[in-house]
Amino acid sequence: MKWVRNKLDQARKPFEPGQKLEKFAPAINAFDTFLFTPNHTTKKGAHIRDVVDLKRTMITVVFALIPALLFGMWNTGAQYLYQERQLGSVLDVPFWDAFLEGAILVTPLILVSYIVGLTIEFIFAIYRGHEVNEGYLVTGLLIPMIFPVDIPLWMLALSVAFAVLIGKEAFGGTGMNILNPALTARAFAFFAYPLYMSGNAIWVHEGSTDAVSGETILGALAGGTYDGEIMGAAAESVAFTGVPVQESSVMTNISFNDMFMGYIPGSVAETSALMVLIGAIILVATKVGSWRIILGGLIGGAAMGAIFNFFGDLGSDFIMQLVDSDRITMDQVYNDASAVDALNLSGWDATLMELGTNQLINFPFWQHLVVGSILFGIVFMATDPVSAAQTFKGKWIYGILIGFFGIMIRIFNPAYPEGIMLAILLMNVFAPTIDHYVIQANVSKRKKRAKKAQVKLQTA
Amino acid sequence: MSKDIRVRKGLDLKLKGEADKQLVQAPQSAIYAVKPTDFHAVVPKLLYKEGATVKAGEPLFYSKYDEKVKFAAPVSGTLVEIVRGAKRKILEVHIKPDGTNEAVNHGKLDPATAGADQIRETLLESGCWPFIIQRPYSIVANSEDTPKSIFVSAYTTAPLAGDAEFIISDRMEAFQAGITALSKLTSGAVHLGVKKDSALTSVKDAVIHKVKGPHPAGNVGVQIHKIDPINMGERVWTVGAEDVVTIGNLFLTGTYQPERTVALAGTDVAEADRKYYRFIAGANVNTIVKNVNTQKTRIISGDVLTGDKLSNDQYLNFYHNTLTLIPEGNEYALLGWLPFTRNSVPSNAGTSLAKLFGGKKKVDTNLNGEERALVVTGEMEEVMPMNIYPLQLIKACMSGDIEKMENLGIYEVAPEDFALIDFTNTSKLEAQETIRLGLDLMITEVG
Repeated sequence: MKWVRNKLDQARKPFEPGQKLEKFAPAINAFDTFLFTPNHTTKKGAHIRDVVDLKRTMITVVFALIPALLFGMWNTGAQYLYQERQLGSVLDVPFWDAFLEGAILVTPLILVSYIVGLTIEFIFAIYRGHEVNEGYLVTGLLIPMIFPVDIPLWMLALSVAFAVLIGKEAFGGTGMNILNPALTARAFAFFAYPLYMSGNAIWVHEGSTDAVSGETILGALAGGTYDGEIMGAAAESVAFTGVPVQESSVMTNISFNDMFMGYIPGSVAETSALMVLIGAIILVATKVGSWRIILGGLIGGAAMGAIFNFFGDLGSDFIMQLVDSDRITMDQVYNDASAVDALNLSGWDATLMELGTNQLINFPFWQHLVVGSILFGIVFMATDPVSAAQTFKGKWIYGILIGFFGIMIRIFNPAYPEGIMLAILLMNVFAPTIDHYVIQANVSKRKKRAKKAQVKLQTA
Repeated sequence: MSKDIRVRKGLDLKLKGEADKQLVQAPQSAIYAVKPTDFHAVVPKLLYKEGATVKAGEPLFYSKYDEKVKFAAPVSGTLVEIVRGAKRKILEVHIKPDGTNEAVNHGKLDPATAGADQIRETLLESGCWPFIIQRPYSIVANSEDTPKSIFVSAYTTAPLAGDAEFIISDRMEAFQAGITALSKLTSGAVHLGVKKDSALTSVKDAVIHKVKGPHPAGNVGVQIHKIDPINMGERVWTVGAEDVVTIGNLFLTGTYQPERTVALAGTDVAEADRKYYRFIAGANVNTIVKNVNTQKTRIISGDVLTGDKLSNDQYLNFYHNTLTLIPEGNEYALLGWLPFTRNSVPSNAGTSLAKLFGGKKKVDTNLNGEERALVVTGEMEEVMPMNIYPLQLIKACMSGDIEKMENLGIYEVAPEDFALIDFTNTSKLEAQETIRLGLDLMITEVG
């Protein structure tokens, strides 16, 4: 250890103040402080300091991401090999085959993200003369985790550059950004290269060339291709009973268990609710992620899903009435548009018919929380302290609204089944406003108290 | 009358090296010093030149902007040196004691029967006035003001700090006289914060508040906030517990006898020396702290969270009741950022197991990281028991936005209330310094 320290001290010499490479000190410092917590002592203020620093905090988030990442590697490989080898189930793929295949596919994404992002961070640190902040350790890992595996590397690089330059550095660097940088990268790619970021074919490696589609559950729900007859029946029992939504013609073999464990197509590492929950436990236990935001997000999402379920229920009740009175058969409701037209429904009845047949609306709310990246978004993206609300009350409001809007966008706009991304970005923008009103309440309380004291003084 | 206060937020740091509750008379110091720098925002005007002979209690200098506020010599003797710093700023006034301790006599006065003006005059003339600290701003009180209430905290929660109740326990008569005198100066009441099982509940002329909770519950600022919060334009005074004793002694004996009892604590003090020492105010620390290598040991006048760094040849702070010696932490730690490592360092963070492995910790002055941008939120609120948004207030102070600072409660805080934020925050932000600068800005802009 001493030997390493001495070598480092030697290597640092040209970077000391007054030396030739003084300007590049942040670069060497970043490596040095990575190996050793520096020997700096307190100069003013409290003489003793907590052991926690930003490095420790950020590394903890990285640790929390690792289960999801490793699972994502396995899942990416497994989904691909499952199609390639025409196996009966994703789980039939030998574990190491799947993991290695996935690692080979995912590692380049991680490397590109880190290299591009950290290069920009280092340049800005040197340019601005401050130390390299550790925030990108997390962002750089998050970005590849929320991209589809087949994204061309140059697109990823461009998205990362956009996120770091425009999303972060343009606002003043770490701690100053309005939007979550990782989501900025995804949003950039989503709108700049929609063909590579959405659709049915992109979620499994080489999915487009394969006979089996790599469609996500949300895509299937939005397209109405989730099996209709069963949906109708499921809507009656509303699946509150815990019976998993049955597999559809397109999405064979997907059960609630699959969704929860994450054996489903999707972005690289967001599919497994279980792994995300493990990450959430790490974040909450270490107080690094705000439990208020996470819980708020879940409550908000569940509430919005339940509201839609309620209306979906009304719709399916209506359809059941029609079916019972033999005006239409269940099969026709889902598969024969002309038969539905022939009913000549109008007004509220037509709306009820829509509600009853919309699969996204009838998808049970608790399953809404498990599919897609809503859980991943709430746990790892919404909790980014810089772009989130900063007050305790604000965090509750912020979290609840993210869940609320996430599900709302998902259901209302089938073109964006991944509503959580837009919901978080939207709430990022509104977080300062939420905080403003929370703080204003404190301010007006203080002003009221002052006024009361003044009145008391005058009457005295 | 007794009202209880329960403080929930905060952090009790359990550190090794506590001082034993055993009172020792400290040896005479060769030189005594009055340091104008102890009195924040006071611009001193000297009354004597070097070589003058002064009695104990004779004013050495007064405040330029409040001429009635005088600062007195703690002992009789010769004014041997005036230490000046940059721009001839007066740093220290040194007095060599003559051993006779001849004191100015202001005449005995029964505070119970004396008038408010008489008490005020005596305090100003005797040099006791600087003991009275004004909130907002945490500066020496204005000689013209009548505060809405006066606060004394005899409850000590700061880590390793000298226990106020123990320090005054052998001088209760003087403490009572001091409280009675102070009660004449306010339009409201004197509020005395004491610990749960305190023996001070029988003190008269004060409202007793039993305070319970972790540090900073003992901070007078927290008690003010819970009992009678300061509004814009209001004035509240605070006086240290031992300072009340000095004020009481002034009325009982007619002379200024500034005693200063100091708990010598910290792991760098030999265990046998960890006691309470009673000095005359302004004594040199080298009377009890000897052979200290300041490269390896930090001498702190005050507690580890709020104190000042001293060399081994400097003088006690006018207000402090603690002298802490802890090791300097100028050492590297291999991969020190790994979560759940270095659990021997006290921590409030979830990424350390320090809290699980209970027991007292040995601390050093290592910064445990580097300064970074403000990223983590919510950790400041955990140790801030006041109904104040600390992060937002600190940011307002940084940007110098006076209206925002007022709105967010700058009048209610002192730097010491942000000491735990200094300690806990991930970004190694200097919260106390920022708040002090914010308060200084308020003094110049609002007054």
